Amino acid sequence: MATEFLMGNEAIGLGALAAGVRVVTGYPGTPSSEILPTVSQRNPGNIHVEWSVNEKVALEVAAGAAMAGARSMVTMKQVGLNVAADPLMSLAYLGVKGGMVVVVADDPGPISSQTEQDTRTFGLFSKLPVFDPASPEEAYEMVIDAFELSERHGTPVLFRPTTRVCHGNAPVALRDTVRPAAPPRFVKDPRWVIFPRLSYENHIKIEQRLPVIAEELSGYRFNLLSGGGRLGIVTQGISTGYVGEALAILGAAVPEHKLLRVATPHPFPKRLALDFLDGLERVLVVEELDPYLERELQRLAGERRLPVTVLGKASGHIQVAGENTVAAATQAICGFFGLPAPASAVALPADAPQLPARPPVLCAGCSHRSSFIAVKRAMRKRRAIFSGDIGCYTLGNADPLNMVDTCLCMGAGITMAQGLRAVLPDTVHFAFIGDSTFFHSGITGVINAVYNRTPIVVVVLDNSTTAMTGLQPHPGTGDTMMGEISQRVDIATVLRGCGVQHVEKCDPLKLDDAMAAVTRAAEATANGVAALIFESPCIHVAPQGSEYVVDAEKCECKECIIKLGCPAILSVEGKAWIDNSLCWGCDLCAEICRFDAIQALPRGAKR
Amino acid sequence: MRSNLVIAGVGGQGTVLAARLVARAAMEAGLSVRTSETIGMAQRGGSVVSHVRIADAPIASPLMPPGTADTLLGFEPGEAVRCLPFLKPGGAIVVNSRTVAPVTAALAQTEYSGPAMIDYLRKCCDRIVVIDGDAICADIGSPKVINVALIGAAAAAGALGLTIEQIENALRKSLRPKLVDMNVKALHAGARAAGEKQ
Repeated sequence: MATEFLMGNEAIGLGALAAGVRVVTGYPGTPSSEILPTVSQRNPGNIHVEWSVNEKVALEVAAGAAMAGARSMVTMKQVGLNVAADPLMSLAYLGVKGGMVVVVADDPGPISSQTEQDTRTFGLFSKLPVFDPASPEEAYEMVIDAFELSERHGTPVLFRPTTRVCHGNAPVALRDTVRPAAPPRFVKDPRWVIFPRLSYENHIKIEQRLPVIAEELSGYRFNLLSGGGRLGIVTQGISTGYVGEALAILGAAVPEHKLLRVATPHPFPKRLALDFLDGLERVLVVEELDPYLERELQRLAGERRLPVTVLGKASGHIQVAGENTVAAATQAICGFFGLPAPASAVALPADAPQLPARPPVLCAGCSHRSSFIAVKRAMRKRRAIFSGDIGCYTLGNADPLNMVDTCLCMGAGITMAQGLRAVLPDTVHFAFIGDSTFFHSGITGVINAVYNRTPIVVVVLDNSTTAMTGLQPHPGTGDTMMGEISQRVDIATVLRGCGVQHVEKCDPLKLDDAMAAVTRAAEATANGVAALIFESPCIHVAPQGSEYVVDAEKCECKECIIKLGCPAILSVEGKAWIDNSLCWGCDLCAEICRFDAIQALPRGAKR
Repeated sequence: MRSNLVIAGVGGQGTVLAARLVARAAMEAGLSVRTSETIGMAQRGGSVVSHVRIADAPIASPLMPPGTADTLLGFEPGEAVRCLPFLKPGGAIVVNSRTVAPVTAALAQTEYSGPAMIDYLRKCCDRIVVIDGDAICADIGSPKVINVALIGAAAAAGALGLTIEQIENALRKSLRPKLVDMNVKALHAGARAAGEKQ
């Protein structure tokens, strides 16, 4: 048995390999993105691994494989499950033959997400079992258990790590043997065709099955009950570690108590919870996102008329939003036990220098900056609204660019621009969308605009990768997770195929040309939907260009600093100065400098 | 034995690899180790923090509470100040003197001063080693080795509980072969720089 130092996401990928997975699909999204590439890198050759165009597609591909008896896994972030909700809800009724694990990474904080939704609650809604790992090493073992349970009960299973499990690292003991997979075989059967009658019958079966699974999970190896007394603490996921550390910090001061860790929130392991509640007067639930366990315990206490008070989010002991921490858990536990809270953080000298805010920004040399500047300048005298979307280019909302007026969810820029246009016809409506997002959910919105004659300008920011989540390939890049070269799907051809009459491609780093193209696209909306494709690769996949220097004697306007917000351009002694360790050589600053003070030099040239 | 290391920097400086190297060296030494990293949107030039926790017993949480870091490794002076609340009384700071000026400072036309940050760090902590990361990177010929150089400095300052040899061993096992020589050089250059300061 080998031990490797692994990120939680890598552990999940390797757990699936050990479980004999045959098909792995997904769409990138922080904090889930590293799971699927791990399977791809260690693919023994018999596993089909793909980045699908979106989460709905990914789930359906995995479902097809599971119907033929193969084990399959699909990975996504929590908002991805909203996209995949349609097939998931129906698949819950049909069930599967091969084990199928739906990995959905939640993001308390949120650190890199639009919502703080809780996939445990989605488990309750969809009537699917949910696993909630607390660490990378547990995630490895638990994903194997999830496949077993899925196959045993013929149901897809949700596997829900959170960011701190996904991006935490620990030594993980790997199993030597990979479960041999039986050859897939699709047996034609009416059970695979969803109809109202079948759904009714299967609904009854699901309701009969859930208590059986709950009973089985009451004895599950990662659902842990310990201690005694009249007080109890309940934890889940990463909060288990926070509570463990808090109890260690408080040490001997902590009175006798019971501790319950719930690793399978749905179906709720009722028998285990009743064992826990037996004899308790008060319970503190330490969990993140929804007060899920809190509600389950309250319901159980009500059902059995138990004289126990359940405290947590509703009682104000645990914060309702954001991440838990060791410090917050310590404070909550002290309040619960009536202990004095330990002295808070170390006192620091009061005269700390003011720290500048350091929000994420578009990289130095990012072509999105140039695209935004081109549109902004071309539309300077026009009334325009800029609908944004999900990706690096969402960062175009910050000053000084200030070019993202709306952002809702994947693909919504193109469609929300249509709603805005319907009520504000005198404004030019732009919708910015990245290449990967375009394939994910932009195309249906384009067709909608063409069909409903809503003239907007669709600006595809094509940087030849899925940049924000770590440079994953997509249908426009022409390479796959199987290491094959595929046919590139050309965005311009897609747009024309959808009926867009005005489609133009342009390099946003050539600012004058780009501005002229923006003006042409805006004018073309007189005849319908117009599309502009700004093609320029992400700096992470493009070679570095020239170095740039500022001639301080000529530097007067500082437009480069004020207008661009480039991290490589600093103000030094009142003049612009370029940090060539960051500069990627996009040339945008030189183009906008009114005093011709910025010059290109070959990289590495002596100055 | 329990040791907490907090690594503070700016997205793109290589804090993730730095945390992995220390963790790998600790794991090879037979110790328990947990780390937690910032991956995602903040990697685009935002503030990033890695926690590395090493012990000879099981570790419950991947994140350490404030006031418990034995060592604060600052890849950037202002980010080191931002993470000072994690440092325990009597803990050590190893910090790069090179600033990464945030776009917000340039836009507000305010000067962001690295020396003022370093002065404040000195006031808060008497076990501090300031490393000229730029000079080391210029010697090696790549700005990308700053992470490994700082790890070398921290190990040499006795702030990791691990030796340079242990880190070098982990580095050789973790990096692609063509990157090993340059990074081993950076590791030792960082260690020498720390030695000269003590």
